[in-house]
Amino acid sequence: MKNAARQGLSPLTRRRLRLFAANRRGFWSLWIFAALFSVSLGAELIANDKPVLVRYQGEFYAPIFKRHAETVFGGEFETETEYRDPFIMEKINAEGWMLWPPIRHNYRSVAWDLPVPAPSPPDAAHWLGTDDQARDVTARLIYGFRISVLFGFALTIASAVIGVAAGAVQGYFGGRLDLLFQRFIEIWQGLPVLFLLIILASVVRPNFWWLLGLMLLFSWTNFVGVVRAEFLRARNFDYVRAARALGVGDGRIMLRHVLPNAVVATLTFMPFTLAFSVTVLTSLDFLGFGLPPGEASLGELLAQGKANLQAVWLGLVGFFSIGVMLSLMIFIGEAVRDAFDPRKNP
Amino acid sequence: MNKKETAAPLLEITNLAVRFRDTDGGEAAVLRGVSLSLRRGETVALVGESGCGKSVTALSILQLLPAAARHSGGGIRFNGREITGAGKAELRALRGGRIGMIFQEPMTSLNPLHTVEKQIGETLILHRAMSGAAARRRTVELLARVGIDEPQKRLKAHPHQLSGGQRQRVMIAMALANRPDLLIADEPTTALDVTTQARILKLLRDLRRELRMSMLLVTHDLGIVRNMADRVAVMKDGAIVENAAAGQLFNSPQHPYTRRLLGAAPGRAPRKPPAGGEEILRARNMRVWFPVKKGILRRTVDHIRAVDGVDLSLRAGRTVGVVGESGCGKTTLALALLRLIKSSGEITFRGRDLRAAERKNLRKLRRGMQIVFQDPYASLSPRLSVADIVGEGLPVHGLCRDAGEREQLVAATLAETGLDPGLRHRHPHEFSGGQRQRIAIARAIILRPKLLILDEPTSALDASVQVQIIQLLRDLQARHNLAYLFITHDLRIIRAVSDEMIVMRAGAVLEHGATETIFQNPAHDYTRALVNAATVTI
Repeated sequence: MKNAARQGLSPLTRRRLRLFAANRRGFWSLWIFAALFSVSLGAELIANDKPVLVRYQGEFYAPIFKRHAETVFGGEFETETEYRDPFIMEKINAEGWMLWPPIRHNYRSVAWDLPVPAPSPPDAAHWLGTDDQARDVTARLIYGFRISVLFGFALTIASAVIGVAAGAVQGYFGGRLDLLFQRFIEIWQGLPVLFLLIILASVVRPNFWWLLGLMLLFSWTNFVGVVRAEFLRARNFDYVRAARALGVGDGRIMLRHVLPNAVVATLTFMPFTLAFSVTVLTSLDFLGFGLPPGEASLGELLAQGKANLQAVWLGLVGFFSIGVMLSLMIFIGEAVRDAFDPRKNP
Repeated sequence: MNKKETAAPLLEITNLAVRFRDTDGGEAAVLRGVSLSLRRGETVALVGESGCGKSVTALSILQLLPAAARHSGGGIRFNGREITGAGKAELRALRGGRIGMIFQEPMTSLNPLHTVEKQIGETLILHRAMSGAAARRRTVELLARVGIDEPQKRLKAHPHQLSGGQRQRVMIAMALANRPDLLIADEPTTALDVTTQARILKLLRDLRRELRMSMLLVTHDLGIVRNMADRVAVMKDGAIVENAAAGQLFNSPQHPYTRRLLGAAPGRAPRKPPAGGEEILRARNMRVWFPVKKGILRRTVDHIRAVDGVDLSLRAGRTVGVVGESGCGKTTLALALLRLIKSSGEITFRGRDLRAAERKNLRKLRRGMQIVFQDPYASLSPRLSVADIVGEGLPVHGLCRDAGEREQLVAATLAETGLDPGLRHRHPHEFSGGQRQRIAIARAIILRPKLLILDEPTSALDASVQVQIIQLLRDLQARHNLAYLFITHDLRIIRAVSDEMIVMRAGAVLEHGATETIFQNPAHDYTRALVNAATVTI
């Protein structure tokens, strides 16, 4: 089965996979990162204040996916069930059972039953302690990691697509078009991004998509320089001339002959952009211009660590989670770069 | 030939072995036991094709090998002292002091940021502790000696202000600054034009006699060797296969490889060019002028006339050769004829005006006119497989219905150009220079063109491979009745392949006529100089 799948790949792809695997550090980083990321994608099933599955009076309920009023389980209120309420727990367990996630806290669920004032240090109920609003740090870490990585990927991929396309057109056609575009980018890059974010924060309530869109407006220009340079250089290569002499169209030449030259440059740039995007979101959150209050965010965790120096676990968790995440991204990026290096021997 | 001939050899290399580390940790033997000795005042030529280890041998004498290289055996003695494993100070005294070296590429072996005076003066100040004024006097002397006009004025020149020949002369002056006992010349004239080549070689010969130096001449060109060397060592695959006095080697070569090298000059094809075929290409008054812009408003003040008023006509089955030195506009002419760069003038391809052709029509017409470039390492996309490279043009012109037919056509064309079709899924870097050039030719002829422009198709290749490629081109021409425009700087090749020839200089045509007529009676002084230079070095 595995062999059959391998047979279907082109020799070049197989060579690249081999080169990627040859970089052991990057190879293992990818697996670790993939494991962490896929675990965090299912964050709702791992850290939640609702059970995954409820069996009550011979019927199944999935509270994570559908809200059920308390009256369903014999309570008195029409509002959504508070499953951690001892009264409700008793009711359900008497006539069925509940399957809980390993961490019985959501990123915004407040623990009212702390033995000490929040922030509380790590214990059996809160593995990494709680923050100053009595929310479980483990749960917030899982949700915060997910949103950081998703934001990073979305911003990197979107800026790469726009930046590569813009750089390719500029470099390939050159001349006046290139000149005008370059001047435009210079002016564009001069705009103060942080001010715009602050202005935005006073007009709308920034959420994930607003932040992504606004950052994207400015981050795509990072890719233009390297891609444009590669295209300017490569458009006079003999093999590009040969393709033109064959009658191949401009679009196809750009995609097939010139773009692969720029791919390596783009890819060597990507881990840095990814790390940059994650850092940008974290620092905006840290400063308070980022995601709305209450959202899980690593930047906010760091800000809390700074505000509560006596609660060292907050700062340490924030530091190590961001450090490990950025290192894994860079290691994977290095291995990807090796894989695309045509001069490297497998 | 020299009075010290009986003394101990100046340089003695015994059983030298060098290995190169691969990126994956393995090692490859590059030199396998090279033994060579050089007496005082003697010139020994080290001859072989690219990759045979001749440059590595030359570089190990000065211990200038790259970091990946390792001496694995043997030794090098210079003046009775062992060089391998010598200390840094001792090596520095040798380099540029007792042993001078000239590199192949004068463009990159001079520092572009320093003046001529500084580069030559540096070795004088370092090795002889000369004062600035004394070093300058000596520099002027040296420049005058290597034949640079007005040396006083050239002191402040930067390398880019000098021509290729002048740069090579500056290199020689640097190498000779401290009157070395041994001069190592690594392909000293390969990057130069033929007429310049002849002058530089004469200079080297005169200087060697005058300064009573020994010279180790590393080259792939046997023509140079015949005129320069007392003894010749032929290298192949990191070992010396034959070592004999020059006269003896040229008259009765012993080793089969030497015989092959000596026989590797392309012979004249015994064929009659078909007369009166279809006129494939006609160009009238072709011009490519690049504007020179000055001032804030970037007004065009002048033009560089890369191609200036060239006429030519090409018939099916015939070859027109274009000769000229580098920078004369040959390649620009080729690109302009294919409309790959802008030009003015009239180009007619099979009766249709190319300049009037719309973008879309032009792309269709491209099927009939193809080009093969000089450097087979640059003209093949390194990231595509050979099948993708060769088959690229087929779908563009609707020459194949499906992938299967495409595979079939690619395989057939590869076989026609003498390559194993089974290798078509490999990438270009897995092939040798000659094989790559065959791939480039396959890519061109798979479209069944009428016209093939060959831009120095053999000058990046070794002599024996050159002959094979030229034979392949001849076969293809005969089989498909192709019209060739053959661009080269090598007059031997022009004589071997072309029916008509055009001599270009500074963008203009100097002479145009039947090849043999021009070789017998060159009408122009410049053509005569070219023909003479070519026959002298051979």
